[in-house]
Amino acid sequence: MYALLVVIAAVFIMPLYWLFSSAVKPSGEIYRFPLEWIPHHLHWSNFINAWHDAPFGSFFVNSIIVTVIGTAIKMVLATGSAYAFTFLPFPFKRVIFLLLLGALMTPGTITLLTNYLTASDLGWVDTYAGLIVPGAGSAFGMFLLRQQMMTLPREVFEAARVDGAGHLRILLRLAVPMSRPMMITVTLISVIEVWNDFIWPLIITTTTQMRTLPVGLLYLKSQEGYNDWGAIMAGTVMVAAPMIIVFLLAQRYIVAGFSGGAVKG
Amino acid sequence: MAGIATERTFEATAPPSGSTVRSSTGRRVRRAVRRHGKEYLLFVALVGPNLALILVFSYWPVIYNLYLSFTSWDMISPNPTWVGLAEYRELFTSADFGHVLANTGKFVVLIVVGSIVGGLATALILNQRLVGRGIVRTVSFAPHIVSGAAIATLWLFILDPSFGLLRAVLDPLGISSPQWTTNSQLSLYALVMVYVWKGIGFCAIIYVAGMQNLPADLFEAARLDGAGGWQRFRYVTFPLLSPVTYFLVVTSIIGAFQAYDVTAIMTGGGPGLSSTTLSWFIYQKAFQASDAGLAAAAAMVMLIMILAITILMTKYAERKVTYQ
Repeated sequence: MYALLVVIAAVFIMPLYWLFSSAVKPSGEIYRFPLEWIPHHLHWSNFINAWHDAPFGSFFVNSIIVTVIGTAIKMVLATGSAYAFTFLPFPFKRVIFLLLLGALMTPGTITLLTNYLTASDLGWVDTYAGLIVPGAGSAFGMFLLRQQMMTLPREVFEAARVDGAGHLRILLRLAVPMSRPMMITVTLISVIEVWNDFIWPLIITTTTQMRTLPVGLLYLKSQEGYNDWGAIMAGTVMVAAPMIIVFLLAQRYIVAGFSGGAVKG
Repeated sequence: MAGIATERTFEATAPPSGSTVRSSTGRRVRRAVRRHGKEYLLFVALVGPNLALILVFSYWPVIYNLYLSFTSWDMISPNPTWVGLAEYRELFTSADFGHVLANTGKFVVLIVVGSIVGGLATALILNQRLVGRGIVRTVSFAPHIVSGAAIATLWLFILDPSFGLLRAVLDPLGISSPQWTTNSQLSLYALVMVYVWKGIGFCAIIYVAGMQNLPADLFEAARLDGAGGWQRFRYVTFPLLSPVTYFLVVTSIIGAFQAYDVTAIMTGGGPGLSSTTLSWFIYQKAFQASDAGLAAAAAMVMLIMILAITILMTKYAERKVTYQ
């Protein structure tokens, strides 16, 4: 059993170790065989080279803007919708709910071309609006939050209403704080999704200064066939490390989000 | 049932004129609006923007795409030209598209089988009380939360025949690391390998969650009946996990159909068409060949395939999946 555990560990740890170690190896050690497993000393010039080869500063800023604003909009929409579906009356509420959920069934490959055309009609090509708005609607997060809010004790909410609290106040002071773990889960899933997205930012941005980090990786691959792997791995670390750190810090919430939808139905 | 019956009798005895029905429902609606007016308004304010975004960016594209698939358009001329089924005819008579569909079939089946079998095996190990399993769980899930663009770039380096990690692994075995991404015999399998590597951790986590929900007394009973480890797995664990397997098969199929971020960076669908799958074909036709009609027609083919597979799987699951 332990032998198998070690094999599985190796399959996943070795590539990740390779990524981080290559990013801090001097090029002399990268282009040498047999391989140097452990860098002799930490060597940061790959990061400087990557930063010189492409404007990683603006890629970083764009990724942060898109991730923070995109997630903020998504959370406001997801929380508001979840509250409305749980606590407010409305004709055909269930139909509207299913309509929102049905959006999960439309494949991204089909929406790619047509959303590009819609965004371009709106004048959103190469803008933050184009990067953020088309993905800001929330179906999955709304669903998870509604599931959570339906488990909250009704008496507390009724007591608050008797005390004269309005819906918005109840939403912000009761429903949101009482759903805190699920709020964190939905926020983190959105952060991961938006930060990692590659194809949409690739087509909706056209100028170098509007690119996000994952798209920025393309600028490091050379055209002439010679690859500066040290710099490329340094760029890859800049894309991967923030999400790995988020994952290590909040693993419980993230795993709960990915498996919650599956196991509970 | 009772309601319908009374309504029928009511109709039979005194058929109401349309106007009285309308006014009575109208009154009911008006009364509901008066009673809940503020709450309705708040509902619209809270759900409206979300619903609008979903309608414009998730549903409208499907309709728009259906329309585009009956047109020919280079996305430069002001309007698409209606051509009926010509784009579909072009797709199904071209040898390229046949090749792409064959690639897609291989690609989807291998990724689904690879990540589910790998995920189940990993989950069985992770479900044992072993020291260090927490770390293994973390590292196996990590690729799932890292950008496909970053994973693809990393693997491009790992598979580099001269300086890659794989050479270091294969060299002691006397095997030379092949030209994975530039050899048309291997490029599709290189992509499959990376997607499986990225997907195993997700499947494993879902399986582990499923295993922890299984009733322990059944295993105890099987053990008392003298069932060995493999028999317990074959006749108890695996059948009880069938809802999880079903969920993973459906989501992995849909995911594999749509996967193209790793393709974009590692092979660009090449060499030739050797690693072009349906989703990458659609991307290329739309954004590299500016052939909106053909891309839209191929996207409709994909939508229909995904729907058909989902419906077939659901039918099959109704018969085969064991729910507790």
